[in-house]
Amino acid sequence: MNTDHHVILRVVAKMLIPVIVIFAFYVQFHGDFGPGGGFQAGVIIAVAIILYALIFGVPAAMRAVPPAFTRSLAAVGVMIYAGVGFWALLQGGQFLEYQALFHEPPGEHHGQHIGIMVIEIGVLCGVSGAMLTIFYAFAGRVAEIRDEDW
Amino acid sequence: MIEALMNAAPAWALTHAAPLLVMVPLFLAPLLALMPSGRIAWLMAVITTGISFCFALILLGLVQTSPIGVVSYEVGRWPVPLGIELRVDALNAMILLVVTTIGLLATVFSWPTVVAEINKDKRALFYSAFLVCFAGLNGVAITGDAFNLFVFLEISSISTYVLVALGAGRDRRALPAAFNYLIMGTIGASFYIIGIGFLYAATGTLNMHDIATRLPELAGHRSVQAGFAFILVGLGLKAAMWPLHQWLPNAYSYSPSFVTMFLSATATKVALYALIRFLFTIFRPDYAFEISAFSAVLMPLGLAAMVVCSFQAVFQNDVRRILAYSSVAQVGYMILGVSIGTTAGLSAGLFHLLNHAMMKGALFMAVAGVVLTYQGTTIRDFAGLGRSAPWTMTAFAIAALSLIGVPLTAGFQSKLQLGFALFDQGMWWAVALVVFSSFLAVIYMGRVLEAVFFQPPANPRKARKEAPILMLVPLWILALANIYFGIAADLPLGLARDAAAAAFGVEAFR
Repeated sequence: MNTDHHVILRVVAKMLIPVIVIFAFYVQFHGDFGPGGGFQAGVIIAVAIILYALIFGVPAAMRAVPPAFTRSLAAVGVMIYAGVGFWALLQGGQFLEYQALFHEPPGEHHGQHIGIMVIEIGVLCGVSGAMLTIFYAFAGRVAEIRDEDW
Repeated sequence: MIEALMNAAPAWALTHAAPLLVMVPLFLAPLLALMPSGRIAWLMAVITTGISFCFALILLGLVQTSPIGVVSYEVGRWPVPLGIELRVDALNAMILLVVTTIGLLATVFSWPTVVAEINKDKRALFYSAFLVCFAGLNGVAITGDAFNLFVFLEISSISTYVLVALGAGRDRRALPAAFNYLIMGTIGASFYIIGIGFLYAATGTLNMHDIATRLPELAGHRSVQAGFAFILVGLGLKAAMWPLHQWLPNAYSYSPSFVTMFLSATATKVALYALIRFLFTIFRPDYAFEISAFSAVLMPLGLAAMVVCSFQAVFQNDVRRILAYSSVAQVGYMILGVSIGTTAGLSAGLFHLLNHAMMKGALFMAVAGVVLTYQGTTIRDFAGLGRSAPWTMTAFAIAALSLIGVPLTAGFQSKLQLGFALFDQGMWWAVALVVFSSFLAVIYMGRVLEAVFFQPPANPRKARKEAPILMLVPLWILALANIYFGIAADLPLGLARDAAAAAFGVEAFR
């Protein structure tokens, strides 16, 4: 019989974490029509993993989502955002001009829609990656001087 | 050279030069963070800064050939007062040229010092942070939107804090220095954004040009004046205007040598550019509150910086601290030139800004060479280096003479222009103070030069150890530029005059 007194926490967290992530994607894709967007969704995803780290320990979280991955995620997020700008340039528009993405005549808005969506995905990656990197940097830090040596 | 580049450049490079100048480094910075090896990251950083340098030349050419002297770019094709505008005139074209030139030379020269000072696994990330900082500084200089300027100011500042803190590998005091800089820099940025908030409340727009056209009808408006005061203090803090310079000496003394060299030649200059943009283009020097700000705030502070910080520099024993205090004093010269409020004064200030980037760049490069080969920055460590590292130290001496303002060097030319501008206004006493401050520069640079050339080496076994060739070439480019522009000053003086004319919003008078 497992006598771990954190058992309720663990069970509840295991149930909550998937819900939190789904809520994050709801906030992400609902950003078009209401409050929300990449920044908020990125924070919520990061919160789900931070909750996992709090309940199951930082080493377990680092095995599930390695620090190298979170760092790359942050970098890739910035590149997705800037990449949309360069994509518009390659299509002959101004920098970040969504209308130019698919060479649409004025009045059609697929470029506007896809453009902001891709950018929000970039923001999602960037924010969640940066949040987790910061969390790992603080939580995974080992003291350089032992307490007795002060 | 500019004509050849503009003829060779494809059409897209000419139309999109403004966003590409900023976005190429900003796009490649995260890519560098993913690089496994520091050496590849360095090579990519060299290429990136080189590309930005080409775009800066193209923009300068476009501005000079444009009939109205302005290159304007609507990001995302949002029409101008609503969307973000990148607006380049002679003033920012000059600043962009300074930042990208120094950025390119600094990156080329940086590799040996980075190998010596930064941990192996952090090198790629270090260059990534550097490119973010570089892009941020260029962004501040290029944007025509007051809020966008704040965003870029924060991009460059936050990466600067990281770069300064990375000096902890060599000296642990880099950490409190970076933290101190972070607190002061954040206060400065907050003051700036509060000021922008006041201006936005009064005018309802964030585009700089649009604010400028709406301000005359709001003369005497309280929130405009409050906004002006907040912006002056906020940007003054970023530009290390005396007495808001307390973050600077420690940040410059303990950060990695490459970072010190790059920041000393660019970061305060860009903040000063933003201040000039607000003082002359957005607010006008003929507004009553600005006239009193010039004569009651900026001029006394500029004069005080020149004298007080030169005195402080005399009593330092660490060469990097001497140069850091001297930097604050030189910012004082620029502020003094700006505070005269005339085109001649502003162009003298900008001319000194150009020259100061050249001489401080060369001085800190030479110091970086010494840090690399002899691991010491006190004056005692410099003793006898004139014999063991003649090439490094000769370039150091040239730049030091230029800093003092010896004839036939660039520093002399800009102090001469400053003197002319002061005499025009009948302020001979200020000229006397400039000369006195230069005399103090003779003392503090003289202490170093005396140790370098006339004292026996502190450690006689350290015979003949020169900085690597990769560092000597950029160092000598800057040192020779100090001499060349000291004899033939037409080119930088023309740039500075055009820039001053553009800041006043009149046609270039060349």
